[in-house]
Amino acid sequence: MKDILSGNEAIARGAWEAGVRFAAAYPGTPSTEILENIRGYEDIESQWSPNEKVATEVALGASIAGARSLAVMKHVGVNVAADPLFTASYTGVNGGFVMITADDPAMHSSQNEQDNRNYARFAKVPLLEPSDSQEAKDMLKLAFELSEEFDTPVLFRTTTRISHSKTMVELGERAALEPLTVLEKDVPKYTMLPGFARAKHPKVEQRILDLAQRAETLDVNRIEMGDPAVGIVASGVVYQYAREAFPGASFLKLGMTYPLPQGMVEKFRSKVDRLYVVEELDPFLEERIRLMGVKVDGGKSVFPITGELDPGLVARLLTAAGAPGADGDLLTEPGPGAEGLPMRPPTLCPGCSHRGVFTVLSRLKVFVSGDIGCYTLGAMPPFGAMHSCVCMGASIGMAHGISKVTDAQGQIKNQTVAVIGDSTFFHSGITGLMDTIWNRGASTTIILDNRTTAMTGGQETPGTGKTLSGEPAAEVDIPRLVEALGVKRIAYMDPYDLTETEEVIRRELEAPEPSVIIARAPCVLQFKIMNDPWTVDSELCNGCKRCLRVGCVALSLIEGEGEEDTLVEIDPVQCNGCGVCAQMCRFGAILPPVPVEA
Amino acid sequence: MTENGTTTNILISGVGGQGVLLASYVLGQAAMKEGYEVKQSEVHGMSQRGGSVVSHLRFGERLASPIVTQGTADFLLSFEPLEALRFFNWLRPGALLIYNTLRVNPSTVAAGLATYPDGIHERIAQAWPNSRGIDATLLAEEAGTAKATNIVMLGSIARELPFPLETWRHIIGRVVPPKTVDTNMKAFELGRAAGR
Ligand SMILES: Cc1ncc(C[n+]2csc(CCOP(=O)(O)OP(=O)(O)O)c2C)c(N)n1
Ligand code: SF4
Ligand code: SF4
Repeated sequence: MKDILSGNEAIARGAWEAGVRFAAAYPGTPSTEILENIRGYEDIESQWSPNEKVATEVALGASIAGARSLAVMKHVGVNVAADPLFTASYTGVNGGFVMITADDPAMHSSQNEQDNRNYARFAKVPLLEPSDSQEAKDMLKLAFELSEEFDTPVLFRTTTRISHSKTMVELGERAALEPLTVLEKDVPKYTMLPGFARAKHPKVEQRILDLAQRAETLDVNRIEMGDPAVGIVASGVVYQYAREAFPGASFLKLGMTYPLPQGMVEKFRSKVDRLYVVEELDPFLEERIRLMGVKVDGGKSVFPITGELDPGLVARLLTAAGAPGADGDLLTEPGPGAEGLPMRPPTLCPGCSHRGVFTVLSRLKVFVSGDIGCYTLGAMPPFGAMHSCVCMGASIGMAHGISKVTDAQGQIKNQTVAVIGDSTFFHSGITGLMDTIWNRGASTTIILDNRTTAMTGGQETPGTGKTLSGEPAAEVDIPRLVEALGVKRIAYMDPYDLTETEEVIRRELEAPEPSVIIARAPCVLQFKIMNDPWTVDSELCNGCKRCLRVGCVALSLIEGEGEEDTLVEIDPVQCNGCGVCAQMCRFGAILPPVPVEA
Repeated sequence: MTENGTTTNILISGVGGQGVLLASYVLGQAAMKEGYEVKQSEVHGMSQRGGSVVSHLRFGERLASPIVTQGTADFLLSFEPLEALRFFNWLRPGALLIYNTLRVNPSTVAAGLATYPDGIHERIAQAWPNSRGIDATLLAEEAGTAKATNIVMLGSIARELPFPLETWRHIIGRVVPPKTVDTNMKAFELGRAAGR
């Protein structure tokens, strides 16, 4: 049977067909739908973890217990999970263990553009890269086989265009599994004391040499001869772009991109006149190939090191570099577009519980040390109320660092506030708060507890009382957790009440000790909360635009009756009746819905 | 058209929450049912938060890339005028642009930080003479709900594509909520009539 599956759906299917018993992840675009789809396969025990490090550790535990297991994350998640990954490379596995990294060239929804192929070399583990959904499904099975045969974790890399592109897939079935019966103990294998680890390191080095040998005969690596004038080395979605751009060329198509099959690369070189390495981001393949002493006629000298490629770009840049045979259709430079169009960036939903907090923060003269989530949109106009955002969980530690050096002079006291979402607090904010308390900090932390991981589509968190599969679970009690960390001042505010929000934030900023403010209000999108729309009384509205500072798309300026007269209007379809804009109006022009008589 | 001359490239643009991805899904399923190879690509991420959304759909006998190359789209289906104007130069010369005439303000306009282009329909017609504006949201309301705007838009392009009516009906019937099948079929018909 055939279906059109996204790369992520295909990976989930591949996990099921490959006999995976356990999968763990922390959400992150473009990887999130992998676990959301795995949840649908009852034979796989699957879970969200609080962060990627924990996801990797639980999956490794499952592997040691004999299960094929999967840890899934976006590219920056591997930074968090790098610690267990690097030493799992030494312990090796029992049941196959695969880590999926979903990279995001062009940063469609990420804070950096790191190329995680580098992790394979750094951690000395093999790397597989599918070029469409069929390969994503098939190569995942290969990943588990290699993991078990070579006793190694396997890194499996997609990019946004693999994870979120849909192509046709032939579906297979899952073979029946025997239940696991023994939990073997093997101290030298799994206990990385220096003595045992020293014995492991040479084996890890040998393993990579052995894998390079195997790479020569894996059918995911192959030479596809066409016109010998142009030879292209490519992998992943870039292989598809290059195929489209140079339909007649010769290809070295790599499914395993670390370690590389040197013999195959040399053979390919000897068959083609010019050799081009086409890859997004770092010159990862190019450098390895050049190190082999193989001549490369074009790589990063032709292609940019930032952003994504596409078929047109590959056709134009390689043609400019002297490669014949591009599809003429792709060679024309696209015509100019329309100039000066307003951008349409993402924005806080109408009714979002974060809106009131940023409306207030934008008028307080504080440095907002921010974090990652929907609330990062508080950095955008009209708020401009987030002044740093680096990685998940960083807000609290950074605020502490800022207040430590600014407080020391006694001049700019308590001018820093950390803002963090609930999911991000559980992910890696707790240790930052612990640091603040331990080291006698005085900064204020606002926890935006909207009861979900909204930014990635509304996943459960350790605080929502439910697991990935919807089963009831214990709920982390944020106030009691914070209290246990040593926080003495815990305040609460209703983020829809601007007066209260401002009062509480001001008061806690003044306090000479650290404090935590909890704004608990559910995400209106995730919980499908719909309130009746508010309206503008056109008699009372004088067009001062003060309400527009809440940055809500339901509000707009329209022409009034008189000349030069502008008024604000509320779109009743988009408005979610939160009343935040009304609190900005000094003329009482924004009115609540009239209750319908029963 | 690319490679062997039988590939159709469609770009669908709109605003997060307008149902762009569902429309693209229907097109993909219809193409598959008709025996074509199908590739599709979209960027979600923060799309639900009212940002621009683009979906690429390609079908044909043999194709490699899941994304359409700028300047080679055979059709641009835009769910909002500004998003038509933003993407018209993805079309190949002479190709067809169909767009929903209902304006949706971007957040920058709502916040009073930018203005929505004046005379947008004239600008589209000038930039791309082979374009048709359709009151898709009005037609969807006529069919029963504004939520069916994406199905009206599909109807508006239906005559241009080599899929029989039963295929459209079959796929739409499968993807929309059961209670709304009649409304959506009506929306599709209204779109088809308007797409002339
Ligand atoms: C290490 C890492 N993992 C995952 C992500 C993707 N990501 C960004 S923010 C976020 C969660 C946001 O949830 P929350 O803090 O509750 O804020 P909300 O979006 O609900 O406002 C996730 C999963 C990331 N940027 N970095
Ligand atoms: S999804 Fe939820 S948290 Fe995110 S902007 Fe919308 S309402 Fe706010
Ligand atoms: S009440 Fe005001 S701020 Fe709230 S959703 Fe409606 S228009 Fe937006």
